[in-house]
Amino acid sequence: MARRRPVAVALLALAAALPAAGQQRQPDAYMPFLVPAEGNTPDRPWPAPPGLPALPPRLGFGTQATPAVIAGWDIAVRGDGAGLPRGSGTVADGEELYVTHCASCHGDFGEGIDRWPALIGGGGSLATDAPRRPVGSFWPFAPTVFDYIRRAMPYAAPQSLTVDEYYAITAYVLHLNDLLPADATLDQDSLRTIRMPNRDGFVLEGRPDTPDEACMQGCRRGRPVGVTMDSRRFVAPGSGSGFSEPQ
Amino acid sequence: MTADRRLPSRRGLLRATGAAAAVATAAAWGPAGSAAAANPENLPPNLPGWGRTLGPGVIEQPYGTPSPHEAHVVRRYVPWLTPDRIGSVSFTPLADLHGIITPSGLCFERHHSGVPDIPPGDWRLMVHGLVERPLILTLAELMRMPSESRICFLECPANGGMEWRGAQMSGVQFTHGMLHCCEWTGVSLRTLFAETGLRPGASWVLAEGGDASHLTRSLPIAKLLDDAMLAWGQNGEMLRPQQGYPVRLVVPGWEGNVWIKWLRRLEVGDRPWFHRQETRNYTDLMPDGRARQFTFVNEVNSVVTDPCPEKPLTGREGFVEIRGLAWSGLGRVARVDVSVDGGDTWRSAALQDPVLPKALTHFRIPWEWRAGTGPFFVQSRAVDETGRVQPSIEALRAARGVESIYHRNAIQTWLVERDGTTVNVQIDG
Repeated sequence: MARRRPVAVALLALAAALPAAGQQRQPDAYMPFLVPAEGNTPDRPWPAPPGLPALPPRLGFGTQATPAVIAGWDIAVRGDGAGLPRGSGTVADGEELYVTHCASCHGDFGEGIDRWPALIGGGGSLATDAPRRPVGSFWPFAPTVFDYIRRAMPYAAPQSLTVDEYYAITAYVLHLNDLLPADATLDQDSLRTIRMPNRDGFVLEGRPDTPDEACMQGCRRGRPVGVTMDSRRFVAPGSGSGFSEPQ
Repeated sequence: MTADRRLPSRRGLLRATGAAAAVATAAAWGPAGSAAAANPENLPPNLPGWGRTLGPGVIEQPYGTPSPHEAHVVRRYVPWLTPDRIGSVSFTPLADLHGIITPSGLCFERHHSGVPDIPPGDWRLMVHGLVERPLILTLAELMRMPSESRICFLECPANGGMEWRGAQMSGVQFTHGMLHCCEWTGVSLRTLFAETGLRPGASWVLAEGGDASHLTRSLPIAKLLDDAMLAWGQNGEMLRPQQGYPVRLVVPGWEGNVWIKWLRRLEVGDRPWFHRQETRNYTDLMPDGRARQFTFVNEVNSVVTDPCPEKPLTGREGFVEIRGLAWSGLGRVARVDVSVDGGDTWRSAALQDPVLPKALTHFRIPWEWRAGTGPFFVQSRAVDETGRVQPSIEALRAARGVESIYHRNAIQTWLVERDGTTVNVQIDG
């Protein structure tokens, strides 16, 4: 693709919109929240922004949610490990469970079958033109691996295994990613101590990041239009990219 | 306006929807009274058959459906995008829609574990965490609370995400069809949190669906207290199952993934949770290998829906009303400019009332097209009330590379060939 765009002009237009380096971004329509001084982390509270609207008068709807009732649904585990249930599982037990419940989609070694997600690999790929986003090389926190597996897996029977079994499967997935040795046991304390390789790979919103230019006349400055890609290389114009019946 | 000129597009439709639908399409498609498609016995001076017999009476269909002649106006999916149809996406047929409201049955779908069947009497909402009074609410209780309605668009942030590297989809249903706009009726989060109260330090809320994916997203409290709502109503009736029946979160202007469907739980906390759908997915990977997180807003965007690949100009010589849709997650659409020469010259289109904040806005501008002229490069460029201008694909690539998947709001180009064939292309800047 041709890259003849006047990038310098675009950068100049942007410079005014970007905050100075090191300056904390104030809450705005893109980011209506405050970030702790430590940055984008689950390890610290994020302060509420000033100026929240007052709540209207209470009307008295609803019944009390008792701790016992809440416990049945409150399965969320935060990035820092808050909410992890007590329990443990071994990599060895996890391998058996994984083969039974996970391997038919994710593959025996987490390589992914057909279009189902791979769980391994991708190291060093994020800044290339073929980035991959599996557990070991992309996910920032180990506790949320447990959260997701328990919350939504096995795909056809979520939340059907015991907490210990979910620890075991999590341990095996981390082992497949070289983040736990083969003889390891994982529990609520050890899971939160695992440092994921891409722990610092997530930054906050960077928009607005394109120039607010709206030229009306002579905008191509005499340059003829060049087609950089034509969809007819792949499909005929019309509805041919999709189907209304299962394929 | 000959049959020959219409053939290529008809073949495309035949392949996509089957012969029956395509026959119905031929009559409904294109300029009214298209000679190629009409039955002469129904044309003046003859009295058409439907004027000489009685038709069905009331409640033949207690719940009405579209005309059988519109059978081609359906959601479609793209098999290669997802491993199966249970965790998948379908696309709104934008080319065949009119005005700004999307019919509920044509709204694109995005499910992660299929559509649950939730009896309304069994539905419960749990609200807990940093609240004064953790509560369980029934649907009946929710619907007794002070309510409100508003029209706003819902767009998947992956809309257009297949075209960061180039044009590869066949038409507007697939380039822009992860988009719909409905009237939503429900209760504001301000009203809801009045019942529970909020404790000091409350700054983020985890919203969780009750389907088998139990999808979760962390949302900042300021947005929820500003304009978010729990909706049970959609376009005048209860939500469709595919849209979260009985209750979904409505987060105007923000990416569709946070509009949690089949909502079961709101947990108030003092920081985001960093769950899968806000780390592994729905983060925007930049060329340096770092991913932008909590990129909620769908920025200003627009697309011409007529002409488009599904609605080519073939057989439509003369006056053409270029029509399209514009929207911004930051507020109202202020202006839409249209070009037919690949962005050298722009003219501002007329905006159809109502122009609502964070809603689809319909625009139109007259044009004159003659077969044998061109080729033309038809584009639209929206500007919103905050001054944000819809960028070119080159400006987006310069800022974000080609691997960020989400939030691609680039100016769309339709190439109109000299015979009227209309093609999805990308052009240089």
